[in-house]
Amino acid sequence: MDAWLRFRKNRLALIGLALVLLLVLTATLAPWLALHDPTRQSLIEKRARPGAKYLLGADEFGRDILSRVIYGSRVALLVGVVSVLIALAGGLVLGTAAGFTGGWLDTVVMRVVEILLAFPYLLLALAIVAMLGPGVLNTTLAVGIWGVPAVTRMVRGSVLALRETEYVGAARALGAPAPAVLRRHVLPNVLPGLVVYATLFMANAILLEAALSFLGLGVQPPTASWGLMVSTGRDVLLVAPHVATVPGLAIMVAVLGFNLVGDGLRDALDPRLTTTR
Amino acid sequence: MIREHGHTLDIDLVTHRYGSVTAVADVSLAVRAGEIVALLGPSGCGKTTLLRVVAGFVRQSAGSVRIDGKPVDHLPANLRNVGIVFQSYALFPHMTVADNIAYGLQARGVQRAKVRQTVDQFLEVVRLTELRDRLPRQLSGGQQQRVAVARALAVEPTVLLLDEPFSALDKGLRLDMQIEIKRLQRQFGLTAILVTHDQDEAMSVADRIAVMNQGRVEQFDTPINVYDHPATLFVSGFIGTTNLLAGRALASSSVGTLVELDAGARLVVLGDRTFPAGAPVVLSARPEQLCLHAEPAAERWRVQRRLAVPLGPNTVHDLATREGVTLKLVEPRLGAPTEAAGEAWCGLRPDARPGLFSLPSPM
Repeated sequence: MDAWLRFRKNRLALIGLALVLLLVLTATLAPWLALHDPTRQSLIEKRARPGAKYLLGADEFGRDILSRVIYGSRVALLVGVVSVLIALAGGLVLGTAAGFTGGWLDTVVMRVVEILLAFPYLLLALAIVAMLGPGVLNTTLAVGIWGVPAVTRMVRGSVLALRETEYVGAARALGAPAPAVLRRHVLPNVLPGLVVYATLFMANAILLEAALSFLGLGVQPPTASWGLMVSTGRDVLLVAPHVATVPGLAIMVAVLGFNLVGDGLRDALDPRLTTTR
Repeated sequence: MIREHGHTLDIDLVTHRYGSVTAVADVSLAVRAGEIVALLGPSGCGKTTLLRVVAGFVRQSAGSVRIDGKPVDHLPANLRNVGIVFQSYALFPHMTVADNIAYGLQARGVQRAKVRQTVDQFLEVVRLTELRDRLPRQLSGGQQQRVAVARALAVEPTVLLLDEPFSALDKGLRLDMQIEIKRLQRQFGLTAILVTHDQDEAMSVADRIAVMNQGRVEQFDTPINVYDHPATLFVSGFIGTTNLLAGRALASSSVGTLVELDAGARLVVLGDRTFPAGAPVVLSARPEQLCLHAEPAAERWRVQRRLAVPLGPNTVHDLATREGVTLKLVEPRLGAPTEAAGEAWCGLRPDARPGLFSLPSPM
């Protein structure tokens, strides 16, 4: 409750929350908000400038950009949420096992994690998607798997610190078996940090999905994806800048929203980090 | 209830290293059933590490720990049946007093009726029955500590480990809790280990004290023997107040050593420790083992009296030798404090048994 009160006092966090809610509402109500079919082509209206029929103009194939941005929010949110769940699940299991068990398991897991973290992030995601093939599902998997090493390292650090706390020591000495100690004392204290991380990861996931789609390895046409839209608009940037700019702005707003919420949550859950706003 | 006769705890040649740093080195202690042993030493001497080894929180690099003669090294902390009370008490903040005490019993799958009965019993023992539904944050420091003790005792531990449990309490409450712990330990015949850096606490609570320094036990003895007959120069300086006077041994036998002090005296120090002739030594004399004289003598050395402070029934003298070594001397106060300034001759009381140690070689 205190955390929520602190969050509410943070104006930037509230702006971020409003942006995230806007994204969620847009994705949920896409069929009602979109004025046109996002995949309907009209070549005679290609690169149409913003106007009465197409509020934000039309793309290279004469598709309504606003409708495609609205539907693109679904892909962004879907990839973001599912990949976050994959990253958190994988990272939580590996990080907890490594941190709580220690020994050779910890050594093996952390060396693998360090190797994966040493890769440039886009290269790693590209390699995964190259193995799995393009498409929404595989892009989501690639983004999720890409996030596992970082979550593992974070969870392992928290578990290591918590394992040495006196109340965990007290629980162990009182006879609580390891699974009970994990369930009742360790994991509940790891979760606040994970929530913050998940929010910040959402922003990165949306960016990575856009990057993969931009490179043609992510979501495939004609599905509306912001990264794909920026990619197709790139060729006509000088003659029809709105084709790439509008989805680019959508990416920026979504990423900004999640980053602001993540920062706000971090400040709210750990008051020592709070800065005056 | 806990067995009346307690359990024995044997620590055999335990060594623990953190990387290249040796925190505990070849420590052996035999703790008798129903005995409180204090691990006393400065910060970083390895006492808490040794406690954590006994608790099963860390696996020692070498050596073994036995409870009632049976090795427990292979057992994880939750199967050792060792109770522990931490400096911070480590109560579960979201649980009531009763739930905290019940925690260990529930973790061991004890039947609900038995849990309730045991909790009621221990609430009574620590006199907290009225506060059973309070949360830890609604309790004072002393009450929190009693909950922590009750929680540790409720599971009928073989050994109770106390990790600086009094250090967060103010002075008055600390004494009360020391008495309380001692009472409970006697009542249940518990074998207990108390980790502390407070020598008064160790002296008042423990049956025996293990003085630790740099991972090793320097002396393991009763509080009185540790104070009166320190085994090493470190123990002599760490326990109580002492005056150190450098000199050299002139002749030595199993009865005593003739010493020439740099302060200008030649005296015999009784004791069976022998030193080679000419060896540099340090005389360690407690303030109450010294006395002042108006007249010089061969076994006395000249001092400058700088200050005399009345302290209850005693007078504490602040003195300086001719080399500038500061000495403290305590003598019973007879009326008003004596004149502080001027020269005098200092010597050992006839019944004094000061310590005599080899001078540590410079590093």
